[in-house]
Amino acid sequence: MPILWLFLIVAAISVIGYAMGRSRALQSAGGDIRGLHSLPNFYGANVMLKTVVPAFGLLIIWLLVQPLYVDSQVSGLIPDTAIKEGSSRSLVMAEVRRAASGLDAAVSQGQLPASVARDPNADVAVVTQGLKDAGQVVTSEITQPILNAAQSYTSMNAVGYSVMSVVVILLALAGAAIGWWQTHADYRARNVVEQGVRVLLLAAASIAILTTIGIVLSLVFNTWEFFKLYPASDFFFGTTWSPSFSGRGGSSELGIIPLLWGTFYISIVALLVAVPIGLFAAIYLSEYASPRVRAFAKPLLEVLAGIPTIVYGLFALLTVGPLLLDVFGDNGLGWMKAGTAVMTAGLVMGIMLIPFVSSLSDDIINAVPQAMRDGSYGLGATQSETIRQVVLPAALPGIVGAILLAASRAIGETMIVVLGAGAAARLSLNPFEAMTTVTAKIVSQLTGDADFASPEALVAFALGMTLFILTLGLNVFALYIVRKYREQYE
Amino acid sequence: MTDASMQTPETGRRGTSLTATDERTRKRARAEKRFRLYGIIAIATGLFFLVVLFASILREGIPAFTRTVVSVEFTLTPEQREEAEGTLFKTKAYSDLFIAQLNKELAESGISVDFDEAAIERLLGKVGGTIRAFYTENPDRLGEPIEFDLAASSRVDGYFKGRVSRDTLQDSRFLQLSDLDLVDALKEAGIIKQAFNWPFITGADSGVDNPGGAGIGASVVGSFFMMLVVLVLSLPIGVAASIYLEEFAPQNKFTDLIEVNISNLAAVPSIVFGILGLAVFIQFMHLPQSAPLVGGLVLTLMTLPTIIISTRASLKAVPPSIRDAALGVGASKMQAVFHHVLPLAAPGILTGTIIGLAQALGETAPLLLIGMVGFVARGYPDGFLAGFTEPNSAMPAQIYTWAARADVGFYEKAWGGIIILLMFLLTMNIIAIILRRRFERRW
Amino acid sequence: MNDMSRVERQVDTNEIKLECRDCQVYYGDTHAIKDVNVDIEDKTVTAFIGPSGCGKSTFLRCLNRMNDTIDVARVMGSFKLDGEDIYDKRVDPVQLRAKVGMVFQKPNPFPKSIYDNVAYGPRIHGLAKNKAELDEIVEKSLRRGAIWDEVKDRLDAPGTGLSGGQQQRLCIARAVATEPEVLLMDEPCSALDPIATAQVEELIDELRSRYSVVIVTHSMQQAARVSQKTAFFHLGNLVEFGETGQIFTNPEDPRTESYITGRIG
Repeated sequence: MPILWLFLIVAAISVIGYAMGRSRALQSAGGDIRGLHSLPNFYGANVMLKTVVPAFGLLIIWLLVQPLYVDSQVSGLIPDTAIKEGSSRSLVMAEVRRAASGLDAAVSQGQLPASVARDPNADVAVVTQGLKDAGQVVTSEITQPILNAAQSYTSMNAVGYSVMSVVVILLALAGAAIGWWQTHADYRARNVVEQGVRVLLLAAASIAILTTIGIVLSLVFNTWEFFKLYPASDFFFGTTWSPSFSGRGGSSELGIIPLLWGTFYISIVALLVAVPIGLFAAIYLSEYASPRVRAFAKPLLEVLAGIPTIVYGLFALLTVGPLLLDVFGDNGLGWMKAGTAVMTAGLVMGIMLIPFVSSLSDDIINAVPQAMRDGSYGLGATQSETIRQVVLPAALPGIVGAILLAASRAIGETMIVVLGAGAAARLSLNPFEAMTTVTAKIVSQLTGDADFASPEALVAFALGMTLFILTLGLNVFALYIVRKYREQYE
Repeated sequence: MTDASMQTPETGRRGTSLTATDERTRKRARAEKRFRLYGIIAIATGLFFLVVLFASILREGIPAFTRTVVSVEFTLTPEQREEAEGTLFKTKAYSDLFIAQLNKELAESGISVDFDEAAIERLLGKVGGTIRAFYTENPDRLGEPIEFDLAASSRVDGYFKGRVSRDTLQDSRFLQLSDLDLVDALKEAGIIKQAFNWPFITGADSGVDNPGGAGIGASVVGSFFMMLVVLVLSLPIGVAASIYLEEFAPQNKFTDLIEVNISNLAAVPSIVFGILGLAVFIQFMHLPQSAPLVGGLVLTLMTLPTIIISTRASLKAVPPSIRDAALGVGASKMQAVFHHVLPLAAPGILTGTIIGLAQALGETAPLLLIGMVGFVARGYPDGFLAGFTEPNSAMPAQIYTWAARADVGFYEKAWGGIIILLMFLLTMNIIAIILRRRFERRW
Repeated sequence: MNDMSRVERQVDTNEIKLECRDCQVYYGDTHAIKDVNVDIEDKTVTAFIGPSGCGKSTFLRCLNRMNDTIDVARVMGSFKLDGEDIYDKRVDPVQLRAKVGMVFQKPNPFPKSIYDNVAYGPRIHGLAKNKAELDEIVEKSLRRGAIWDEVKDRLDAPGTGLSGGQQQRLCIARAVATEPEVLLMDEPCSALDPIATAQVEELIDELRSRYSVVIVTHSMQQAARVSQKTAFFHLGNLVEFGETGQIFTNPEDPRTESYITGRIG
């Protein structure tokens, strides 16, 4: 693992730099700590920061940029003739990368002599056989252009990484030298170090922004690729969802409407379960319950929130589904064909959301000032009249916000629908039929065998984009309402 | 008075007794009771669901912790081994020796039952091979009595646990109705029995047609490495980000942008983080699929907002007077924070981190997309570094894999896996609660 | 305090509305009210004065059982409204509070329209048979609250949008709308400016013609201006109770004198 070694070398330089900076500072003050501007450790830390930060910064940027650069260079090497009908440059590039990593593995296993692997005129058949012997995945015969591209891919990467190692180590040494040279009794090491630490803290905080950018870019980029292969209007307004399996021919119909319908239907069932139960539980806990009941019931309800969704998924698939089938299935009312259905997933998701709704509503009801209740009691209202006519109307905006947050949770929930809702995309009103959701299809499209460059896989990113925008919109709106509500009573 | 002209008759009920109740009061009192009852029903329903959930987890999951074994005490002399090794079908010779021993034990118990070698193979698999392998590895134990615990096949196990019954069983190459007579006889003789299923806890996943041999151990290791990545990355980054936002950030647009981002990321569906992981870590950076390293990176990004939010709350709970005191003796702002505020906030930060980790441990959806599901974790990683980069599964992903398999025998494993997962979560939450109780400080 | 007003006030001798004997209140382990005996007369303004934390508000909240909503509070003793014990098991506190209304320290209009604020009480108690009657009650109450002229054109506007003094008069109108027999006021002017205070004080004096009013106040001047009877509380004890003029000009107890002259408080 060369990067690990590089990492250790830079770390070692920084530790040596720390010790040297510290001792040089003490020396310059004649061994008397009082003659220094800052504590000796700050001088050491100064050298250390100057060693580590630029070196690692460069390392990270290099690691991000090099693959992009190499890809674009190698991709330019592939002649248009090498791209088969129905394929694309990105598919061929995937082939090249596979071949390149296969060549490395074959050489290291000794199935292929290194000289053959690097020889641009090597016999393609020999290379393919070598790859197969090494147990590498080879989809088809390797062609000459792909072999050459893979070879230059490997060599460019190798050169790139060696240059990177040298540059990073030199940068670390240079940083250490500068830090060491600056070290002097009058040097304001503490201020410099603190400024540096502050920048590092800011960088840590900025990771949240980077994550969002990463999400948006990965969604937008791949969605764009998808819309190049599949018309956007068919995606947004199509009422059929029937992806073809790769290799079987036939074109896929990838309309999002049935998935959105399934998503909303299941979410609505979930909210119909969670909102009344959660809201009444919150009302009881905050207005009626004695401290003892509250101390007992509230944490127990919140246990439901701490249970992983996979557990709910299994609960839906193996307990609730069969149970509903007994009642509504062919032996009962005859409405239900299989255990996986909108009702199953919705009911279980509702159970999951109960504590979410109840603790949010609890907070919001508690934020209604006591003066409001006193005013009502003072007029001779009963507790329930006070709650229904004064507390709840006052808390309404907050509760609406809480329900919207719960809805966003329901829309984004994956495991319960993957296991409990079924796989068939359907536009139906019967809640006992199996339907599927946006999240479930993201999973099935990306975990299947489809190639990442095919529309059947790329559609998952478009679905993800839709999901992201939907939930983000709901969250922003809900958080806005809740914040406004809180400001009102502060 | 301003309303001198409005001397309308009193509409109130002046002069009525306090204890006299009219129809309206009774109606209101009933409405009050009804409303209160709704609340009680709501809470009871919630708790009922909780009980049903746990009851079904325990009922379905506990059988996964027992397995059915045939335990036979066996002494093989060096001469017998010599003889067996000399035959053409070596394993058959061992198998014959085993059957002879079994017959002897049955006879000692006074039970007679007819069975042939094929029946033994249906019940226990290739017995001869197992015994031979044992003696090849431990030749020094020849001649001393050794108790062999041989795992019974999944269907026999199912017969013991009620999954398979005489009514539902159809003769197949896996198990025949007549074999159950043998099982009953062995049971009467105390030879076949239920034992604690250690292989389930320590073992790795098995193939799709062998539910009996599937264990969760390897995926626990996968989860462990993932959590290690999450802890090592999210704790320092989360604390650094919180310190910046709580103590140093100026009031400006950029700070607002960070704040908005954090609160929104906390509510982004986990599957979207899976898409991010797939696109950035696997497609763009070409990190290995199914590796705990990638899983850990994705879960780190997902856990960061949670950790940042709870860390900021603990920092905020440290009263400003502490900072003033430190600044007052000439400490820099940075020193005040790192020497005084951070240590005081540490228990709260730790509690929040443990809860964040517990959340990450149970998360499944993002792992689906980075290939941790579908990968059959057949073994343990070799070595510490390989633990991060070698493909592995994780507990929730393993549970999902089992739940998605066709063989009903895996369902029991999935429920059992849930019990183990929940035990880890319970332990983490208890640690968090103890930390909070122990170090909670009211200013 | 001149003698004229004292003579004028002594004219009002009314029947006893609320009779309190041996009243004790505990907050957990704290003995907040000790052995208080007070008679509250009908059509009279009774003022409770005393330093902060002396228990005057606590005692006031006993009179319509508002302390029931506080879990740790325990009330003992006999409180008789027109001869009936208000802490009797058979008494519904809801019915009691319809007879003994309350106005609070901070104006607390509901987040509803002005009309709905006032109509709230009549609606829950079923005082109006139809919309026209309800309109009438609302108008009458707002007139009695001396706020009708200011709000009659915007009855649909939210009550929270009014100024502090208007809000408090709206709350008084709201309390009056249920036709209480006794009106309890817990420092009704402490959150108001002097002009609004004057308006509310004038209103209290007018309300006296119909109701028995009990007002807790921090300001001795206010007690002297609006009340006929004054009770002085100190550390949970009722130190002195009598004619307002008497208390302010010739207190019997040295503690009352110290408080009135500003030496304790």
